[in-house]
Amino acid sequence: MPYTYHTDDDRRAMLEALGLESEDDLLDVIPDQYRLRALLPIERGRTEPEVLRMLGRLADRNAPATKLVSFLGGGIYDHTVPSAVKNITSRPEFATAYTPYQPEASQGTLQVIFEFQTHISRLTRLPVANASMYDGASALAEACLMAAKITRREVVLVPGSLNPRYLRVARSYVAGQKIELKTIPVSSAGDIDAAALKRELNDRVAAVVVQTPNYFGVLERPWDLQNDIHAAGALLVASVDPVSLSLLKPPGEYGADIAVGECQPLGNEMSYGGPLVGFMACKQDYIRQMPGRLVSATKDVDGRDAFVLTLQTREQHIRREKATSNICTNQGLLATRATVYVSLLGEHGFTELGRVCHERAHKLAGLIGALDGYSLRYRAPFFREFVVMCPTDADSVIETARKDGVLAGIPLARYFGATARNLLLVTATERHADEDFEKLCGALSRAALVKVG
Amino acid sequence: MAANDFSQTIYGKSRRGRHGYHIASRPTEAPRDIPREYLREGRIGLPEVSEPQVMRHYVDLSIKNHHIDRDLFPLGSCTMKYNPKVNEDVAAMPGFAGLHPEQSDDDAQGALAVMHALEQALVAVSGMDAVSAQPAAGAQGEMLGLLLARAYFSDRGESRHKVLVPDTAHGTNPATASIVGFETKTFASGKDGRVDLDVLRATLDDDVAVLMLTVPNTLGLFETQIGDIVELVHKKGGLCYMDGANMNALMGQARPGDFGFDMMHFNLHKTFSTPHGGGGPGSGPVAVRSHLEPFLPIPRVIEKDGAYHLEYQRPKSVGALHSFFGNFGIYLRAYTYMTRLGSDGIRRASSTAILNANYLAKRVSSHYPVPFGERCMHEFVATGEPLKKHGVKTLDVAKRLLDFGFYAPTIYFPLVVPEALMVEPTETESRETLDRFAEALLRIAQEAVDTPDVLTSAPTRTPVRRVDEASANRNPILTVPMDS
Repeated sequence: MPYTYHTDDDRRAMLEALGLESEDDLLDVIPDQYRLRALLPIERGRTEPEVLRMLGRLADRNAPATKLVSFLGGGIYDHTVPSAVKNITSRPEFATAYTPYQPEASQGTLQVIFEFQTHISRLTRLPVANASMYDGASALAEACLMAAKITRREVVLVPGSLNPRYLRVARSYVAGQKIELKTIPVSSAGDIDAAALKRELNDRVAAVVVQTPNYFGVLERPWDLQNDIHAAGALLVASVDPVSLSLLKPPGEYGADIAVGECQPLGNEMSYGGPLVGFMACKQDYIRQMPGRLVSATKDVDGRDAFVLTLQTREQHIRREKATSNICTNQGLLATRATVYVSLLGEHGFTELGRVCHERAHKLAGLIGALDGYSLRYRAPFFREFVVMCPTDADSVIETARKDGVLAGIPLARYFGATARNLLLVTATERHADEDFEKLCGALSRAALVKVG
Repeated sequence: MAANDFSQTIYGKSRRGRHGYHIASRPTEAPRDIPREYLREGRIGLPEVSEPQVMRHYVDLSIKNHHIDRDLFPLGSCTMKYNPKVNEDVAAMPGFAGLHPEQSDDDAQGALAVMHALEQALVAVSGMDAVSAQPAAGAQGEMLGLLLARAYFSDRGESRHKVLVPDTAHGTNPATASIVGFETKTFASGKDGRVDLDVLRATLDDDVAVLMLTVPNTLGLFETQIGDIVELVHKKGGLCYMDGANMNALMGQARPGDFGFDMMHFNLHKTFSTPHGGGGPGSGPVAVRSHLEPFLPIPRVIEKDGAYHLEYQRPKSVGALHSFFGNFGIYLRAYTYMTRLGSDGIRRASSTAILNANYLAKRVSSHYPVPFGERCMHEFVATGEPLKKHGVKTLDVAKRLLDFGFYAPTIYFPLVVPEALMVEPTETESRETLDRFAEALLRIAQEAVDTPDVLTSAPTRTPVRRVDEASANRNPILTVPMDS
């Protein structure tokens, strides 16, 4: 059997030490009626080459975005993963270590988390960040629970432009806690309808969620909303794309109390949407209500700099039913990748990343806007993602483009119903060359002709 | 004591104007079409280091970690087994790693086939009727289980408020109950460390929604009266949830579905060998009996005539817990592992895990008694109580083990054993390793008599020695300050 070492002699000697005849005797503690005598109804074991062949064939049945020309985004982005990032994080010292409960034998993991917290803190300009969450969606959901706990209120206002998948997860998370999620409509400009928000603010509102860029790629103006939100005694929860923070005003500078987001774009594969890695940052005052692990700098008994898990009394293994969250295992290795990625790009490279993404998206929007029958749905500024109004339904545009090996974008009707059927969400990143844009524009033009024909 | 200077962090190695990785081949400009009020002013404050510096920095950090490819990781309830390398090769295949989750089902047939096959394999292992692999970790699996229970009772027009857990339960059980809006009621284990039917009977009432039980329990003991336990709860109209953290003891030997459980979660990162990554990513698939299937999260992977699709139209579903379909990359690793082992290997793995735990318990119990009997399943809980008279605590034993190149067992849990050492060697350790570990523990017991100072001042051979957790708790320093 693979991955065990015992020789027959070993087994015999070990059983002898236990005074047993056979390994079967060890299982006597399971009542007879429950003991399986036959093997499970799955195939018997295979060799490594056999397994590789089988899984390789399954991989070949996929047409991955990375082998096509893809303009898909919607929270998951195809950015270059530098070789150094892959190399470092494939090291068994990081990949096969456990949660750093014994700090003396886990300084590597602990310092990486500390650097991750620092990266997130600087990107968001909030003083505190945790060690990671499952994904951007659950990070937002936990932020809603946290805000309700801090304010002892029960309504969370969410914009109609929130990533619909985040909304779905937030609904599941708050279901048991009698917290109500109320939707704020989207203005004609594609951002939050500020007047409608103002009408909904009252002393039951725990938090207002602002996602920027929002699902339609539109940049919000949280600084116009924060006074009203705070005057009503509610918290401002910002859901942000960390890559956009290379260029955009950070949440800490417009009064956000909690910031959350998805770190997949920071050096992690798309991997069919998982594993992902969320982050959470907050103001100093809320540190003890924060979910998830935290690492603090400290000293060892010899006065050397060291790192350690801290404020564990918030956590489930100590606090049990009074814990701030039930989160235990999080997304350590993906957070490690994000840490190395941000360190490697650094101030200069990370700024470049934002600028190039934006330049690419802006150029593509211009090209598409100039095509017959196509226009941009919103005039508001965007970062690297925007909504295109098609002359026909987006599904048929997508189908035409797919025949040319192009993934044109996400059809908004998938989430927003039939009224959005002509709308297509398009993303550009640093990986797109001008020839990719030509391919997409060519496909869009043909799709428009199909309609006319 | 001097304050932390952070010179050894990546920020301490930064020099203004130094470049790491370039995204653009020529100089870039600030965006002109975004109004200024939207833009960040000034520097972000990220480090400026070269690629070789980054490599050396993180390689240097990495070697400060203990990890399973170096030596034993005997953490009870964590199942730190060897992580096969072929799993990583499969997860990195471009056909899988390069898939975007918004691609059509047609473009993702191979991925959907793996998700479906994994769920079916887990159906077989659990003896349940359906599996949703979506939860991102065991604790999220527990959350799904309780959401399912809530939806199930609400569908039947019932309202129940309590979750029962024994005092040996993992902390995630009560924490999850609170998150989902249930009230936790903890009941005492019996003298033999198992559920006492009389205590359970006295604790049960019509307001109990779910009993959460870990099998084998955190003492490494099988609940021999499991059938009666489940029946008691069912008679009161409640549901039974199995915390599957310890499935490494059961896989291929017995099935939770046969015990009568209504639902359970797996930890793919424990039982099915996916790497822990210093704290994730995990994966916590949930298996259910058919009466709970309508409530499983969306989307479901459906197979029809050899083609697969994701189904979202499930009116009774509890919704979603993950942005997309859960930790797909972890499914690949776990499925690769299960395929590699097969039905025969899975059975052999669990029986070997049990053999290893019993052998190790036998070797150390002379000095570290095992209060709840020596016949355990995949893990055992010993006590460091006898060393206390020498002024040595279990914590000291744990720290001294680090000096011997091992990681420490789980300590001070479960709470029903004083000075607890919870040891789970797993099936992937050789007899020589088990012997080496046993000898280290026995030597430590002797050191407690001869040179207790060595233990109370351990470790000395690790990159740092005991760290000051108290001051970190009083005054946590969570980031490198802006000016360093």
